[in-house]
Parts: sequence; structure tokens; C-alpha cells
Amino acid sequence: MADGKAKSGLLLDIRNLRIEATVYPPGEAPKTITLVHDVSLTLEKGKVLGLIGESGAGKSTIGLSSMGYGRGGVRITGGEVILNGRDILKGGKEGFRKLRGREVCYVAQSAAAAFNPAHRLMDQVVEATLLHGTATRAEAEKRAVTLFKKLSLPNPETIGQRFPHQVSGGQLQRVMTAMALCSEPDLIVFDEPTTALDVTTQIDVLAAIKDAIRDTHVAALYITHDLAVVAQVSDEIMVLRHGRLVEWGGTRQIIKEPRQEYTNALVSVHEIEHKEQQPGTAPFLSVKNVTAAYGGGQVKVLKNVSVDIYPGQTLAVVGESGSGKSTLARAITGLLPPEQGTVTFDGRPLGNKLADRPKEDLRQLQMIYQMADVAMNPRQTVGTIIGRPLEFYFGMRGRERDKRVAELLDEIEMGKGFVDRYPAELSGGQKQRVCIARSLAAKPKLIICDEVTSALDPLVANGILKLLLNLQQVEKVAYLFITHDLATVKSIADSIAVMYRGEVVRYGAKSKVLTPPFDAYTDLLLSSVPEMEIGWLEKAIAGRRMESAGN
Amino acid sequence: MSAPIVKLIAQRVALGILLLLAVSVLIFAGTQILPGDVAQAILGQSATPESLANLREQLGLNQPAYIRYFHWLGGVLTGDLGTAMSSGQDIATSIKERLWNTLFLAFWAAIVAIPLAIILGLIAVRYRNGWIDKLISGLALASTSFPEFFIGYLLVYFFAVKWQIFPAISTVYDEMSFGERMQAIVLPATALTLVVLAHMMRMTRAAILNVMQSAYVETAELKGLSAFAVIRKHAFPNAIAPIINVVMLNLAYLVVGVVVVEVIFVYPGMGQYLVDHVTKRDVPVVQAVGLIFAAVYISLNIIADIAAIVANPRLRHPK
Amino acid sequence: MLDIRRIPIAALIGLVLTTLFVLAAVFAPLIAPHGNAEIVGDVWEPMSSAHWLGTDNLGRDLLSRLIYGARITLFIAVLATALSFSLGAILGFSAAVFGGWFDTILSRLVDLLMSIPTLIMGLVVLSVLPSNLVTLILVMGILDSTRVYRLSRAVAVDINVMDYVEAAKLRGEGSGWIIFREILPNALSPLVSELGLRFIYAVLFLSTLSFLGLGVQPPDADWGGMVKENKDGIVFGIPAALIPAAAIAALAISVNLVADWVLNRTTSLKGGRG
Repeated sequence: MADGKAKSGLLLDIRNLRIEATVYPPGEAPKTITLVHDVSLTLEKGKVLGLIGESGAGKSTIGLSSMGYGRGGVRITGGEVILNGRDILKGGKEGFRKLRGREVCYVAQSAAAAFNPAHRLMDQVVEATLLHGTATRAEAEKRAVTLFKKLSLPNPETIGQRFPHQVSGGQLQRVMTAMALCSEPDLIVFDEPTTALDVTTQIDVLAAIKDAIRDTHVAALYITHDLAVVAQVSDEIMVLRHGRLVEWGGTRQIIKEPRQEYTNALVSVHEIEHKEQQPGTAPFLSVKNVTAAYGGGQVKVLKNVSVDIYPGQTLAVVGESGSGKSTLARAITGLLPPEQGTVTFDGRPLGNKLADRPKEDLRQLQMIYQMADVAMNPRQTVGTIIGRPLEFYFGMRGRERDKRVAELLDEIEMGKGFVDRYPAELSGGQKQRVCIARSLAAKPKLIICDEVTSALDPLVANGILKLLLNLQQVEKVAYLFITHDLATVKSIADSIAVMYRGEVVRYGAKSKVLTPPFDAYTDLLLSSVPEMEIGWLEKAIAGRRMESAGN
Repeated sequence: MSAPIVKLIAQRVALGILLLLAVSVLIFAGTQILPGDVAQAILGQSATPESLANLREQLGLNQPAYIRYFHWLGGVLTGDLGTAMSSGQDIATSIKERLWNTLFLAFWAAIVAIPLAIILGLIAVRYRNGWIDKLISGLALASTSFPEFFIGYLLVYFFAVKWQIFPAISTVYDEMSFGERMQAIVLPATALTLVVLAHMMRMTRAAILNVMQSAYVETAELKGLSAFAVIRKHAFPNAIAPIINVVMLNLAYLVVGVVVVEVIFVYPGMGQYLVDHVTKRDVPVVQAVGLIFAAVYISLNIIADIAAIVANPRLRHPK
Repeated sequence: MLDIRRIPIAALIGLVLTTLFVLAAVFAPLIAPHGNAEIVGDVWEPMSSAHWLGTDNLGRDLLSRLIYGARITLFIAVLATALSFSLGAILGFSAAVFGGWFDTILSRLVDLLMSIPTLIMGLVVLSVLPSNLVTLILVMGILDSTRVYRLSRAVAVDINVMDYVEAAKLRGEGSGWIIFREILPNALSPLVSELGLRFIYAVLFLSTLSFLGLGVQPPDADWGGMVKENKDGIVFGIPAALIPAAAIAALAISVNLVADWVLNRTTSLKGGRG
């Protein structure tokens, strides 16, 4: 928006948009699938519309259609996209090129991949402006530096001289926002701009984007799967599912008074009732003063860590990437033998190395991984995957084994029909359920869950968490739950350990850990978790005591 | 150029020299692996004891192998490649002319093949999954399945015998003018080009496709750049290193192809020289020529690696 | 189990041709109209009803020699491929699973061998070794095993770090289960298609050596050797040398087509029923 005066008026009007793609399933004839079914939306100048939905909801596809762009074999096959009063779909290739980078700009999920590694940042930031001839190079660079300042990038005068790989991920995301704003467009499409960032970095980038949108009066389509995030920046929210409109309304209405059941489920996704259990008399697994390192002691990733796990309870280990939380799991399982310290199990020390542990100890400790697709052998059926621990630990064979496999499938709420399926034939949630059944088959005392829900859509993740809680009641199994997501922690943990740079900075019962006074890092972490509340972002930024790690 | 890059290149070159030394050991050892007496094997069962003793003396077989190796290596490093057993001629002298001929042939094959492969690769990417792409990859599949002599004799059969446009035998001699020389090498150079073209094109296609599918190319398209500008400003700077890599690897492949092509066209180059002397079991010649071929091959690989290092912005502009 | 109508046409052609070549090789004495060394006519007679493909440089029936040639070509190529494959795959898998000095030494040695073009190294070694079938198979097999080693090591290393292998190790499974039940089934499809490529390479390499006069020695001849025997006829417009050369190309293309299809089929992760 060049003049900043026009406060009202329609900018974007999408009518009955229909988007199709041709897919090539291996060994079958190519077929056409519909990604977006007759979706309509309008956006006024200077307003922000949030597009929200799970993967496959068609939100990115709709966002890109405002630039007349389809990824891969994606085609717009019906409807109108009216931008600034004209249907851009009728403009042809030349028309698209004139509007891209001038009227509409794009901010990608991974700025690290979206910047060309061969050119300096400044050259890329001003490229669109120069291309469309809206400013001279000197003016454009001046504008860019101003934007770098506004987005609180460090060294705004010189950061443009750097190459993409010389700048951190959170900063690159802001440079990309500056790149989008530089040619003073009317509309910016933000495509999950904070999803790939750590939670304490996300809040800074989010605040920077919000300020920049406010000050430049640009309109935006903000695409994300996180309702709490979109609630901070949008005027209106549109909920999509399977390429169809579910609900569209003002931000307050959507998060406070959702009218559709699906929206309601998304809003209340984190509200799982879980009553904290009191620690029992004795922990069955104790980690005492464990220090571990990679590369022959070169890189210390765990420093003097001590935690206890009580029978049938859940210890959640929270931290950002690089905090050492996954390394803790590797030390406990024996995959990475600790340099110092001990792991005690049922009152006796566990072997340091995997090879030193008897089969019985291995059975008692099971593990579930983040990526269920690669945690199962793609050449084995569900029956083999779940049945193998039964054979291996209990010597079950034939009908006895099949019966137990069927019981386990029941327990994870999947039917018998899945026994002969291969992992590639399951959905993401089903895969994770099979992994849970495999670990349960060993009848362990402890299951280590390493980010088991972070690759899943919120509602699916929610189902997995509920299942895990139910199974804990039935099987009396304890969990060591590793995650970066505090909302998950609140719904599942009995006690919590907060990790930061290889150390446990706060540890205790859930209620204690989550009650003030906090140490500086826990405060930062807790205050950075987006809450489903309008105005949360401003409050959180104002109340912070510590700079985030990504800065 | 920054310091880490210079260091990396120096490392790569040093590694290459080390590899060459190791290769010289391997080639030397390769001619010693025969269980029993080399002289006997060379001369056959009917050899007289006298000639056997002579040959042993000539090959230095009375000394331990490692001494012979260092003696040989010392000679190679000072430009003395020894004398051929079969003719008694100095190897370095006989090779000089032939090396020049081989490089001349390989040079012209490369001059044609490289731009052709890159252009075809670009066309295949531009019309990806279209009929032209399928045709090109079909031809590539076929030509990787063709033995070099099939391609060579097809050319001879049609161009030299049936239509009589070019000579079937590529004789070259000193007094020839440049034009005559070029006329003589048209068929072998074409054969050689066809031998490497398919591989080079397929690998170029893959390299460009890889870059075209990256997120920064999408960013450039979403800035409104024309298809040509996207390729020139954003794809090309990143594709150049993989393409140089592809070209160098295929030139190394050309080094091998030249052996067969020279035999087909009776072209007086290194390849034919090598094959002749393998048949004659002339070990000193085989060692010398084998080492030269290996050295060219390794040098091309080093150049490919250095190109990749220089073109990498992360290395050119370290944090 | 295998529905013939679902095989793509290209693969079907490849399959039929490959089968024909194999049948010709196995039943050579029954199929060939004349003996391998039998002189039946004039030198380089043109194609006729008596001699479908004409006669060769000594007046032997070209078709018969082609059929016997298939036998020698396939025999040597199959044995050399079997050698290079078992040697390369076993060493490559072991290097990936055991790691340490075993892996380091073997990998450096392979790097060294691969830094010399195979044909050049082959020529160097053949200049001193006796010319017989055993030498030929050993030289071809060992030189080519370096490529199989690289591939199988790379594939096994990739699979070895997958979470499902880690899960099996955490369960306490032994090396046997991990290699044969977790790694091997997943390494199979790249290895099978590599088997096809290695076989083609063996055929081409053998033909090249024979063409240069360093492979199969007369009076026996593989297809490459037959090209050598008849190459002098080309300048007189006699295409006898082109026929065995075309046979090599046809065999290579057919195997390529089959290997391509097998690769596509086995990479489908639904147990082939997708």
C-alpha cells in the first residue's frame, strides 16, 4: 500500500476457488484430485486474515493462489481471484509476473531454504523492488535498512552485506519479512513463518511481524496450523479442513465462541484433564549426576543431570533444541554411555552400555520415537512389528501370539484388520499407535516418549496423548516424556524437569514447577508459549526478563 | 579468496598427489602379481634359458621388488619412462607424439560434447516429462547400453563405406594441415562424443533439476522474475558447480573411451599404443602408459572437486 | 501372483528378449544349425536361406557362432557378476555394520582401486597374467566388486542409522536379526537393480576386452571377439561385425529394462500389492 491512507475498501476477493492437482501413484494411472473445493474469501485493505487447518487443509494452496501460483502439478481450475478490482486469473503469465513481488509478496516457512545461498541478503531483499522499478537502488536499500531496524535485527546497517548462511534462522525469517515489505506491496502471504523456530525465538519473530504489519498498513494472509499463534496477529480467522471452509469469523468469535464442532475441537485441543499424582515413596529409576558427551568427550551435551521416575507416573523433560533432552534419553537407554554418573533401576545400577544389559533390563525400558514412519521397518507388517517383542521376550508363538497382537491392537483402538497392513498403508496417527503397541507388548515399567506428538496434527496428537494417559491407568506404566511443547507437558506430566544447555534448571512436581517464583529461563520458556487469548503477545513481550536464545 | 578455501584446495591437491603415488604403487604391483616367473610367462614355454636370463636382467628381476619400484618411480619423476622391451625404443620419445594426438582427439570430442550435453540437459529440464524429455532419456538409456565399438563401426559403415563422406581409417602424420587433420578425426571424435554424451546429459539434467526444485527458485518466481531471469540469476550460480563436476567426471570417462575408439579407427594415439603393448606383454610400456592415463583421470577428478569447493558460497564467505 | 498383463510393455519386451538370449545360450548345441568352428562356406557370404546371417571371416556360419557366442558371453558375465556381487556386498555390509578399522582400511583400498579407470587397470593386469577364462573372470569380478562395495556399504550405512534398526538394537536383537531381517529386506531393491547394471557392465567390459584381443582367445569367441574377427570386412561394406555388436546392445538394453521395472516394483512399500 503505497500511500497508507486508504483505510477501507476491498483488496482481495476470492470467489468459488477450485484447485486441482494431478498425482502419480507408483504403478497406477495418474489421477486428478481436488485440493480446494469452492472456497470464497474477502480481505479488506490493511487487514489480516488467518488461514488455519491441519496438513492437507489446502491453506498454503489458497494463499499462493492470490499470486496465481501453484506448486508442482497444482492448477487453479475454477473460480475468480479478484485483486485490486481485477481478476488476476485472466491476466496470463505476464499479468502474474507484474503482480508478484509488487502487489503481493510471500514469506516462506523456511527462510533458510528460501534465500539463494549464492547472493548477499541485500541484493535479494531489494531485487523485487528494482525489478518492478518502484524505487532506485539507493532508495530501496535505505528502505530495507529502515525495515531491518523496525524488525529489530542486529546491525541493521550491515546485515544486508551478509550471506544467508551467516545469519541465524530466526533472523533470516525477519529478513524475509523485510524482503516482502520492501517493495511496499498491498498484500503479504505469510506461510507458517514461525513454525520451524524454537518457541522462545518464535515470540520475537511474531512480535516483529505484527509491529511491521501495523506500521506499514499492509494486508496479510497469515497461514498456520497453530490457532494460538494466529489469534495474536489476525483480525479474522478462517478454519479450513480437507480443502473446504469450516468456519470464518472474527478472531474473538472463533476462539471464544466457535460455532462449529471442528473449530471447538481445535480451540480446546490442549485441555486434557490430568490430575497430578503425588510421587510415591521410592523411585524405580534414578538418574544420578549423569554427564555425557559426543565426539569422545569433545561436546558436552549433558552436565551433571539428576532426575527420578516413580512407578506409573510421568516425568516430562522440556527444553528447546540443543538443550540435551534427547541425549538424556540416549544415556538412559544405553545408546550413549554416560561419562560420569549412574542410572539405577529397581535399586541396582544399569549397565552403562547397551551390550552390558541383560534382556530383562532391555524389556523393562521401551522407547517411542518422534517419526513413526522411520521407527518401523517398512518391510514388516503390523503383525510382525507388534508380534516380534512377544516372541523375543516371552517366547510366544502361533495362535497365542496372534491373540495377544489382536488384544494390543484393541488397546490402541485399532481393529484386527490392520494385522496384515504395511506401515506405508497407515496414517500418521495410526503409525504412532502401532509404535505404542510395540512398546506395550514388552510389558515394560518405563516407556521413553521422544517428541512423540510433535510431527502430528494437533487433533491427532491430542488423541495420542489421551491414549497414552488411558494406557498408563490400565498398564501402570511410567513415561519419560521428552518434548519442547509446554502445553503437552501440562496435560500429561506428574513431575517436570526443565532443561537448558545440558543442565536441569528446574525440577520437581508439576504444580511446583509451574508456580512462581520462576528462574529466568523457565520464566522465558513459560511466557513464550502462545496462549489462546487476544493480547497475550503484548503482555508476554512486556513481562519478559531474559533475551531469547535465538537472538 | 579467503584462507579456508585456499587451505581446502591445498589439502585436495596434496591428497591428489598422495593418491597418485599410491596409484603408481598399485600399477607397479599390478604387473608383479603373477605367481612365478614374469620372464617365463612373457616368453612362453619354448624360451631358451639364455633369453630368459637376458630378460630377467633387462627387467631387473634379480633385485627385490621395492628397489625396482623406487628405481622406476625415480625415472618417471625425472621424465625417464624406460625403454620398450619389444622395440628397444625410448618410451618417452615414442609417447610424445601419440600423447599429443590423443589430446587433440579428446579435446575436439569434449568441445562438441560439453555444450551439446548442457543444452540437451537444459531442454530436457525445460520440457520435463514431455515427449522430448522422454526421447532424450530413452536415447540416453540406449547409448549407455551400446558398446563403444558398435557406435564406432556404425559410423564407419555408413559415413565411410556407404556414403563415403569421411575416411574409415584416421591416419594422421606430421605434414598434415590442420584442415586435413580435422577431416581425419571427424568420425572418431563423433564416436567419442556419442560415448560420453548420454551420461553427461543425464547427469546435467539431474543437477539442474535439483537446483530448480529448491525453495529459493520458488522465491525468485514469486518476486515476478521471468523464467529466463530466474534461471540466469538464481538457478545458474548454484548449478554451475554440479555441472562442472558432471563435466569433469565425464571427461574422465572419455579418457577410457578413447582407448577403444583409437583401436577402431587405427588412430595413432596413446590408447592404441597401450593395447598394442599389452598384447606384446611389454611391461615397461604398459606401466608408463597406464600411469599417464591414471594421472589424467585423477587430475580431472581433482579439478572437479576444486570447482565444487570454489563455487560453494559457504566456503567462500565463512561465518 | 504375478499378473502378466500388469507388467509394463517395455519390461515385457526386456523380459522376453533376456529369456531368449538365456535359452539360446543354454541350448546352443541343439539350436545352432552348424558347429561353432565348422567351416561351411565362403568367406563373408551375404545373408541367405542357408545361412541366415551369412558367414564370417573364415567361412563359418555367423548365426551358429552368435548362438555359441551367447553361451560364452553369458557364462563369463554371469560368473564375473556373481563374484563381484558376493564379494562387494558381503564386504560392504560387513564394513557398514562393524565399522572401525575394518571399514577404514577396506574403504581406502576401494577408493584407491576406483581412482584408476577399470579398463586401464584391467589392461595393466592382463599384460602379465595368462590368457584364460579363470583369469578373465577373476580380474573382471574383483575390479567390479569395488562398485558393489561402495553401493552396498552406503545403503547399509543409511539403513543402519534408521530408528527401526535402533529400536531393534534396544530390544536386544543380535547381529543376525539386524542384518538379515532389518537391513537386508530394505537394501534389496537398490541391490537388485544394481545387479542388473553390474551384469550389463560385465557384458560390455568383457566385449571390450575381447574386441581389443585380450579377452576370450580364438578359436572360441564371445560376441566382442566376433566383432574383432569380422571388423576388417566393414571397410568392404560387409556388415558381419555389426551383428554381434548389435546383439550386445540388445542384451544390455533388455536387461536394463528388466532391472528398471524390478526397481520400480520392489520400491513400492506395500509388499508389491499397492
